[in-house]
Amino acid sequence: MTVNGNKPKFAMYWAASCGGCEIAVLNIHEKILDVDANFDVVFWPVAMDAKYKDLEGMEDGTILLTLFNGGIRNEENEHIAKLLRQKSQILVAFGSCACEGCIPGLANLSPVGEIVNTAFNTVTTDNPDEIYPLTSFDVPEGELQLPKLVPILRPLDQVVEVDYYMPGCPPESHQITAVIDLVIKVIRGEAELPPKGAVIGVGDSTVCDECTRARNVKMIKEFKRIQDIAPADPALCLLEQGIPCNGPATRSGCQARCPQAGAQCIGCYGPAQGVLDYGARLMTALASVIDAKAPEGIEKILDGIPDPVGQVYRFSLPGSLLKANRAAWRVKPN
Amino acid sequence: MPENFEPTIIGFTCNWCSYRAADLAGTARIKYAPNVRLIRMMCSGRLDPTFVLRALSSGADGVMITGCHPGECHYMEQNYKALRRYLLLQRVLKGMGIEPERVKLVWASAAEGARFASETTLFVEEVRKLGPLHWGKFQTSEGERRKDESSSFIVHPSAFEKELPA
Repeated sequence: MTVNGNKPKFAMYWAASCGGCEIAVLNIHEKILDVDANFDVVFWPVAMDAKYKDLEGMEDGTILLTLFNGGIRNEENEHIAKLLRQKSQILVAFGSCACEGCIPGLANLSPVGEIVNTAFNTVTTDNPDEIYPLTSFDVPEGELQLPKLVPILRPLDQVVEVDYYMPGCPPESHQITAVIDLVIKVIRGEAELPPKGAVIGVGDSTVCDECTRARNVKMIKEFKRIQDIAPADPALCLLEQGIPCNGPATRSGCQARCPQAGAQCIGCYGPAQGVLDYGARLMTALASVIDAKAPEGIEKILDGIPDPVGQVYRFSLPGSLLKANRAAWRVKPN
Repeated sequence: MPENFEPTIIGFTCNWCSYRAADLAGTARIKYAPNVRLIRMMCSGRLDPTFVLRALSSGADGVMITGCHPGECHYMEQNYKALRRYLLLQRVLKGMGIEPERVKLVWASAAEGARFASETTLFVEEVRKLGPLHWGKFQTSEGERRKDESSSFIVHPSAFEKELPA
């Protein structure tokens, strides 16, 4: 971290996320030296000590590039998202959580009270006195506060304006490298930024397009879980083998890592170009391979997908049209 | 539920059968519930589940999908695709807390104007019983959440006992 006022400033923040995006950034190996050589890292809570106060004290637009990962789950996330929007020239929704909610977004299937209860008072947590965290507590030194949870998790663009989207759980290293190279070129005046709102570090097709598995006419009599097929044919399309693979709806850019390694695509790169609702596209794809015409036969095949919402919205529930389960919406404040 | 709740229904019709059924119902002056707003597509196989989700999330209380009877599709087999999507969509809707009955699939041939009308009226009454969906309103209130609303939100599980009645 050099202290050099002339270098463009860089920030990275995590909201409701796992930290994998940070690891992915570090996973670009020696390229990280280019980041350091070209940027002055001013705010990156995972990697360096920085106070929110410092950020609040900056002039608007001070930071050139902010990679924001994580969804907006509590008031602190929201506050920092708004603050970083104000202080940054380019705000990138980095990773699946910031783009469309990702795994933490599946919590939108439950009311927030239930989530808290599960975390603090279930068989895995012995809490006979039903003690729950308070959002504020008075101590002799003053009032201590914890950020309040908000009813549903929201992707970054439902809270602030986002300049670019970079999906993936996490984004692939080679894609991060390409984006960093591009930004450095832009700084030097050798390239231009993509149009605002663009999805960057991705392909413009689907995972199936990058997948080398052979595709024939897909019609299946049964959906099966991958662990129940031993072994899956390594050269044949997984969907054709009855494994619900999310490739047909998912944006390319990962070089079809999972199908190439023998596992089905689970959709971390989000909706393909032009897809409004990821789950809807996947429903269309999955329904079209079902080899049955009578409702009973179709239902029987569909029984092979034990968790339909989790299957079609694993990474994209908060970014979908419905966004959350009705029960989560219906939570009303006192 | 308000006494005078009039459900908003979006109806998708296929060009070759069900749209003509609706047309026939009109020319035959058969009365049916005026709650349904029809959108004509070339085929029920064109029905992307996105359309249904979009309708429900934008304020519709129910969606009616109509097409040619099985085996009579103008494009050979596309109505079977609609059926498969519909059955999967219903499972997903259930998982999202939406009554699957809010989305209905009706087959109606071009000659079945009376059937189209009676099925529509029946569906409107079914949705009326279910009450308003209000999905659009949830989204608005969430998207533009007032500050005081969020600050009164506590994390204690008692918060979720105070749900609104359906």
